[in-house]
Amino acid sequence: MEKLGIFKQVVSNPCQYARTWKQQTHGKVIGNFCSYTPEELITASGALPFRILGSGATISRADAFLQAYSCSLVRGALEDSLAGRLDFLDGTVFPHTCDSIQRLSDIWRMNTDYAFHADLIMPVKLDTGSAEQYMISVIQKFRKDLETGLGIQITDDGLRKAIRISNQVRNSLARLYEIRKTAPERIKSSELHTVLKASMVMDREQLAAALKELVLSLETPRAGNPANPKRLVLTGGLCSMPDIYDIIESSGGAVIWDDFCTGARYVEGRIEETGDLETNIARRYINRVVCPAKHSGIYARGNYLLEKVKENHADGVIFVFLKFCDPHSFDYPYMKEMLEKEGIPSMLFEIEDQASSGGQLQTRCEAFMEML
Amino acid sequence: MSSAEKVKDPEKEKRKIKSDKKMRDLMTAYYIEAKTPKEQTGKKIAWITSGGPVEPLHVMDIIPVYPENYGAMIGASKMGVELCEKAEAMGYSSDLCSYARADIACATVNGGPIGGLPEPDMLICCNNICGTVLKWYEVQARYYKVPLFILDTPICHTEYNPDMKRYVTTQIQEYISFLEKICGKSFDYDRMMEVGKLSVQGQKLWQEVLDTTMNRPAPMTCFDAFFHLAMIVTLRGTQTAVDFYESLLAEMKDRIAQGIGMLAEEKYRLVWDNLPVWYRLRWLSNKFAAHSACLVADTYTSGWCSSMKYLDENDFLGSLAEMYTRIFLNTGTDIMADNIVKMVEKYEADGVVFHSNRSCKPYSLGQYDIQRIIQEKVGIPTLMIEADMSDERNFSESQVETRIDAFIEMLK
Repeated sequence: MEKLGIFKQVVSNPCQYARTWKQQTHGKVIGNFCSYTPEELITASGALPFRILGSGATISRADAFLQAYSCSLVRGALEDSLAGRLDFLDGTVFPHTCDSIQRLSDIWRMNTDYAFHADLIMPVKLDTGSAEQYMISVIQKFRKDLETGLGIQITDDGLRKAIRISNQVRNSLARLYEIRKTAPERIKSSELHTVLKASMVMDREQLAAALKELVLSLETPRAGNPANPKRLVLTGGLCSMPDIYDIIESSGGAVIWDDFCTGARYVEGRIEETGDLETNIARRYINRVVCPAKHSGIYARGNYLLEKVKENHADGVIFVFLKFCDPHSFDYPYMKEMLEKEGIPSMLFEIEDQASSGGQLQTRCEAFMEML
Repeated sequence: MSSAEKVKDPEKEKRKIKSDKKMRDLMTAYYIEAKTPKEQTGKKIAWITSGGPVEPLHVMDIIPVYPENYGAMIGASKMGVELCEKAEAMGYSSDLCSYARADIACATVNGGPIGGLPEPDMLICCNNICGTVLKWYEVQARYYKVPLFILDTPICHTEYNPDMKRYVTTQIQEYISFLEKICGKSFDYDRMMEVGKLSVQGQKLWQEVLDTTMNRPAPMTCFDAFFHLAMIVTLRGTQTAVDFYESLLAEMKDRIAQGIGMLAEEKYRLVWDNLPVWYRLRWLSNKFAAHSACLVADTYTSGWCSSMKYLDENDFLGSLAEMYTRIFLNTGTDIMADNIVKMVEKYEADGVVFHSNRSCKPYSLGQYDIQRIIQEKVGIPTLMIEADMSDERNFSESQVETRIDAFIEMLK
């Protein structure tokens, strides 16, 4: 599909995309680590928010800084940085989430020399009034830190525009989720994943326009998919394995929803464009579905998963975790149990590193589809 | 037992810490009270994290119980592997914290040391030590179906700012309201003043006890501190803890006066970083002692007085937020490195032993940087031991032994 071309191109070499962007715009590029990054403020500052996912290259340099019991995201990102693959970055933003990211921020600050380093120490609990007040102050502080660090001014008008673009992006992405669910023959999950990965890297104005075109091109019905695939919901941290979708599809499954940091958690929730903008931004990050490193009640994630399974008439769930991801691993037993009570089968797949996991996943997926 | 075996080595007897027995008795009494049926004590039970503010619980006559202290007991009694395996069968990954795994498994069986912990009426989770406790306490809140209070203490990578202060201070009030609601009585602020004073006194005494190892020879080692720590963790804010540490301090001063060291010979002085390896305490202690290497200080046991400087004895409640937010584990790796450098200087250490603890990421990630900083700033050798605090499966005796031997060679 030609409308996907641009997204595929970006994903094939995100670093090159950022370098070219920098050359053309003379703008700054700000790396960031998770979907709690209030990208809107970075966009409003004129910089490009660049999601760091790790290129998947072999770890050698990072081993001198991180123990082997750190996840592949943390080690992979540091490896990329130490190897100079992220030399186009002007700074990095670390929203506080898990213990590993918390320490990566320290190690990164001490051993890399990007001009700008920001820790966004957001609240961990998100379900109280005082936490919301604190979240607002974190957003306000981040705005000031960006202004000082990048030597610019973020105006309310600029911020409003950035919020509008981000809402447009999220609306389009949400529409793509809807299309995949109701007419999976129009967009494959692997394609949607490519779009999402590109969305976290591309110039957001350019992205909003490209997404709009893509959605339009997918609104027209096309020759159907005769197969009746097993409907699956994926849940976990971030998906660093593009192959996973192809493997699932070739095993007779179709992903109809996900609860990934690189998926629905990035897409869900909009920001009000009127009123106090900082408060509005804070509210989106407070109210959207939680990452397990945050707290919003003891059943928040289990309930969300069950709701998505029911809403999408899913046949099964695949938990996809990065090995050594503590927050997700702690939630797994109760979420699995909640699914079992509703008669929903599930499977857990831990990704150690991208290279070695493919064959194993293929076998496990095929067995799981058989069972469904 | 034959009469020959009854004859005790007077040299060894002299070096034994006499307060050990008192400590054991006090901890037994504490656990007996905690395990007495609630109808008899009339007291509620709170499970609380090791870094959590326990003082308001004492004000409310709630008995604090520490699953982490229990995790240490599980490790020391070598029940860690069995319980961890049980948790793994429940679906918990073997990569998760071994305290959490063991405690989660223990809750579901009638077993473990002292036959399990008394059931909680509430859970108090302060995330100043790690994000793991949040997930662990969520698990227990679902299991026991009791209220969970989270004291969210933002990590101070480089600073403690006014926004953080406002947030944590507000939560201290929320914490008090939470306790008032559960206990059905109002909070006694006068009593808080008293408990606060006892807490400060206890912390000061504990620091003084730890400081006695500045003496050569050191009257105790960190292996003794690991044992005597339980009191400042569990009974901080009580007269019991103050009295005990007063007598322990007196004993240490007496040992110094008499020139009694814990080791027969003290050639090298070392600092320990991270939690103890509970199931190999004796082995490690003997191993170092055999080389005449004395572990004079550690970052772990001093953690309970690491933020005392932020505490205002006369406004305990008002300074509580800052004290609990700025404990050393809740700060940046470079601040933690400075802390160790200062300890090396203060205790005149010849080397640092790091325990790279698979169970504790916030404590362990960053240790490689700290090693480099120590080498740069003080130029002394360091040793990295790969292990786990309670899960013995992650300990290779031969590997650790080889590393210790090689490390001692570097000290010579």
